[in-house]
Amino acid sequence: MTGARIGADIGGTFTDVVLESGAERYAAKILTTYDAPERALLAGVRQLLGQAGIGPGDVELFIHGTTLATNALIERRGARTGFVTTAGFRDVLEMGTESRFDQYDIGMQKPPPLVPRHLRFTVPERLAADGSVKIPLDLASLAKVAEQLRVAEVASVAIGFMHSYQNPRHEEQAAEFLAACLTGVPISLSSQVSPEMREYERFSTTVANAYVQPVMADYLRRLDQALAAGGFCCPLYLMLSSGGITTVDIAIRFPVRLVESGPAGGAIFAAQIGRRMAADQILAFDMGGTTAKICFIDDGKPHTSHSFEVARTHRFRKGSGLPLRIPVVEMVEIGAGGGSIAAVDRVGRLAVGPRSAGSEPGPACYGRGGTEPTVTDADLVLGKIEPLGFAGGQFPLDRGQAEVALAGLGRQETAAAWALAVCEIVDEMMASAARVHGVEQGLAVERRTMVAFGGAAPLHAARLALKLGIARVVVPPAAGVGSAVGFLRAPIAYEISQSHYVRLEFDDLAKVNALLDRITAAARAVVGRGAPDAVLEERRLAFARYCGQGHELAIELPARDLCAGDQAMLRTIFETAYQTQYGRILPGLPIEILTWRVRVAAPGGGAIETPAAVNPRRIEATEFRPVHDTKSDRLLPHAVFDRASLRPGDRFTGPAVIVEAATSTLVTPEFEVSIDAFGSIVMERAA
Amino acid sequence: MNFPPSAVQLQLMWTRLISVVEEQAQTLMRTAFSTIVRDAGDLSAALFDPAGQMLAEAVTGTPGHVNSMAAGVQHFLDRFPSATMAPGDHYITNDPWLTAGHLHDITVISPVFYRSRLVALAGCCCHQLDIGGLGQGPDGRSIFEEGLQIPLMKLASGGVLNEDLFAILRANVRTPLQVEGDVLSYLTANENAAVRLSAMLAEFGLEDLDSIGRHIITSSRRATRDAIVALPRGTWRAELSIDGADRPITLRAALSVDRDGLRLDYAGTDPVVPQGINVVLNYCRAYTMFALKCLISPDVPNNSGSLEPFVVTAPAGCILNAQRPAPVAARHVVGQMLPDLVFECMAQMLPGRVPAQGSSCLWSVQLRGPGFETVFFNSGGTGARPGQDGLSATAFPSGVRAMPVEVVEAGAPVIIWRKELRPDSGGAGRYRGGHGQIVEVGLADGGAFEVLAMYERVRMPARGRDGGADGGVGVVRLASGAMLRAKGRQDIPPGDRLVLELPGGGGLGFAAQREDGAIEEEIRNGLVVPKD
Repeated sequence: MTGARIGADIGGTFTDVVLESGAERYAAKILTTYDAPERALLAGVRQLLGQAGIGPGDVELFIHGTTLATNALIERRGARTGFVTTAGFRDVLEMGTESRFDQYDIGMQKPPPLVPRHLRFTVPERLAADGSVKIPLDLASLAKVAEQLRVAEVASVAIGFMHSYQNPRHEEQAAEFLAACLTGVPISLSSQVSPEMREYERFSTTVANAYVQPVMADYLRRLDQALAAGGFCCPLYLMLSSGGITTVDIAIRFPVRLVESGPAGGAIFAAQIGRRMAADQILAFDMGGTTAKICFIDDGKPHTSHSFEVARTHRFRKGSGLPLRIPVVEMVEIGAGGGSIAAVDRVGRLAVGPRSAGSEPGPACYGRGGTEPTVTDADLVLGKIEPLGFAGGQFPLDRGQAEVALAGLGRQETAAAWALAVCEIVDEMMASAARVHGVEQGLAVERRTMVAFGGAAPLHAARLALKLGIARVVVPPAAGVGSAVGFLRAPIAYEISQSHYVRLEFDDLAKVNALLDRITAAARAVVGRGAPDAVLEERRLAFARYCGQGHELAIELPARDLCAGDQAMLRTIFETAYQTQYGRILPGLPIEILTWRVRVAAPGGGAIETPAAVNPRRIEATEFRPVHDTKSDRLLPHAVFDRASLRPGDRFTGPAVIVEAATSTLVTPEFEVSIDAFGSIVMERAA
Repeated sequence: MNFPPSAVQLQLMWTRLISVVEEQAQTLMRTAFSTIVRDAGDLSAALFDPAGQMLAEAVTGTPGHVNSMAAGVQHFLDRFPSATMAPGDHYITNDPWLTAGHLHDITVISPVFYRSRLVALAGCCCHQLDIGGLGQGPDGRSIFEEGLQIPLMKLASGGVLNEDLFAILRANVRTPLQVEGDVLSYLTANENAAVRLSAMLAEFGLEDLDSIGRHIITSSRRATRDAIVALPRGTWRAELSIDGADRPITLRAALSVDRDGLRLDYAGTDPVVPQGINVVLNYCRAYTMFALKCLISPDVPNNSGSLEPFVVTAPAGCILNAQRPAPVAARHVVGQMLPDLVFECMAQMLPGRVPAQGSSCLWSVQLRGPGFETVFFNSGGTGARPGQDGLSATAFPSGVRAMPVEVVEAGAPVIIWRKELRPDSGGAGRYRGGHGQIVEVGLADGGAFEVLAMYERVRMPARGRDGGADGGVGVVRLASGAMLRAKGRQDIPPGDRLVLELPGGGGLGFAAQREDGAIEEEIRNGLVVPKD
């Protein structure tokens, strides 16, 4: 038997901790402690160690993901950050793309930059597009800027110079200089955080990194020390938004890569469930306390992307957030979670989210001072949640408070009618987000298998599936803490992209080898620190296009040095990809490559589940409770099952509620339920 | 079998059609060669029924194209009746009077066949980097000087490209690689839309778009009419003076709302001018309808039904209804001012609900030098809005994005030395107008180059409203100091640079009522410089 492994996910509302030891899994769900997030995490860890009867020294792997970086960006609670840039470009962050994300809305608002204008400073220096120096870095001006930064008491600094992706020297010089003047202030360089062309995206990413860095560094150092002091001797790893994991020191340097780490763990969790069920098209539906995430997984792998927008201000609309150029699992996230607050707007329309009651004060029914109605309050009033069994029965829910809050939405409706409307709106929002995301990805939504996880998803999955035309929904074991389980399946992996222009026909490919070797070595060093003995898998990608186009396609390179004769092979690979994507190639046009990427990964952790024997039998409930059915708009008796008592092969028909410690699954009347060999709840509907 | 679809299915299909055109637009951007399309999004994509009614349009595009294409498709059908169309056919034109108002905008229409029947037309329109002739600018004195004219013709027949046309195109433009690549990208985008559309018909078990088309047109027309009926009735007149080419131009409008609907008439507007800033009626209608829609029915999707209730007229021969062979290359400098004029009428009809005037005209920096031609977009400030400040350095009414400086510099031998906000340019008020920006550009080697200037609001500022101050006027000059003309081709001498100070938007309401602390914050940020 190998040692125990711990996965811990800090979300906006709950902190989920999972411990796997041998074939056993233990899970805890604890309210997030904002003032010191490690407190809830450590409490959960202690609780699980006790349950498993093992000590900290028995733990061989500890993987952690957190939304703290995301929340700092969304809630603008990061460090006071200064930005130093090329003279003439003080306002790149504020001007952005100079466009409106909504053509017809004359009242639209743009997201304010993370660094206000008075903390943005410029110094004379300039590189040309090929990286050559047009104006050397002016150190006298930099000295004045250093003084201004000191007086302004910034806690973090970002440096972004024009064309620094071609030549990092000026940024490095400036960083050395500022580091000497500003002791203890972390400095983020755009040539390191995101060495890619397009200044707005690169600066935005770098500034976001600097903005969350002090918060994240403090937290991660505290946690690392607390674990060491608590007797843990295994290394602490951090989940990345790309679905890989990395070490604490890399996480502290590039905390922006931790944004969306929880949802990335969820995607890995869903992918593993899909592989186990041999379902090649999955829609992962993760709904927690603050947001809902939807991600498409084909052939066992989540789709990934290299750009992302965080903190969208305008109903999660594309273009209304801050762009980040980091490797991410491709997903859509909307402000629809159990804690999302419902309110009636000026026009009299009921809207849900994106504001969330979080864990403090939490939904009205938590009885912790929340007075605004939330999705969880609506779920409770409709009977979907058992007041005494919520979050493992840590605290009873107060139905009366929930009713008062919902009734506060207006006198024209009863609390129950408001509850129904709140649930319908939140389900419709999620359905709409899933459809639009499918279009943006060019992927069909119907005919997918939905894997539902996160505390609130199993309550809403059946209804969402009906809206999307999805016929099969799976709620795996440990669904309530799915992201944390996913962490334990993630590979130790890291990827680095670097812009470097090459004309395929004319340039010597061998010149690229030095660049590829350099970023490969850097990525291997990161991964090797976490997996010193592992056989590492290496992928090399080039981003190519016809000369003069503006968007690139990824093509796979051989994991070896390029040589003079590789041109023809690369052209064939590119044209095959182009034909597949766009239906025609442009014969004879030259091809250019802009960006090179290397991803290095150690093998991921294996799953502990083994299939059990399936003994088909129909079962009947002994307990019923009334739940408000949305479709018929009336109270229907729902069979109540305890998940722990269900065995593989058990079958029954909805409506029903399946209760477990971390969540409840609502089965609407349209679905037939069976329990599969791994203990997953499988809801199916005649297509 | 063709059962009438249910209400829910109709709703789903409508959403899907809009997704299809969005994807068509995305494909265009991803496969296009000129930065104007791929980075700035100066394009449009739409689907039409076989009779030429527009059913859906990508919201990605810019208003000048979109609404113009709705009118343009009819001309394709007149010349090439739908019965003569076959799979693999594609049609093309850049006729300003039939489509988007200048030769740089090429439109391609492609029939979509499903089970051997014509079910739709997919169309897209993009701005080309070059179309030969004098280039984009007001210098031409007739359409013949402005570049290559492509009459309505076949771009491909049965999948075989019209190589003669491509040869003529390549021989006539300064950037043959990009223009040819872009025209091919239109085909890719339209073909992509055809594939998606056929998949939708198969999925919903439909033979054609008749039922969904009727539903879209009638419900959009009804929603727009309902919004018009809710407006006050009467007639409101306004005029707007703009810089013009060598003398000011006055545009006049009368907005009438009565029992029969809404009408906007430009009678009394000044006549066409010798320079290429004249506007064809299609383009005039496009920006007028855009402005009306922003304030009256922003939520109704764009299609023939939602555009039909807006009746827009302009007398033939006025600058908003130029006749052949008037020069029109830089028509946007006048066309993009139309929303400000429409808003002047609407402000009388709906007091307190209309923004102040903005910089409005996009400042495209079109440069030419030894062996290169390039363009990048820049925007001034928008007018202050009811309840909030205007947007600084943001395109309105145009819907384009600015190209990244690093992308511009990688594609042409220029250095953009400065591109940042212009303090004190937004008009003061309870709500401040958006600030303009300052742009400074030269050649990397310090050599001489040319600018094809086409800038507005250098003499006439964006007016404030309800007590708000006017925005700052624009400045076009050399870095060494000498002033340049705001319109027309000019030389930048060796060692010098072009400097543009873009106009700010007008303010709204009295400055004395500005929120406490707002001005202190602006001073701290260096966007307002205190006067002593």
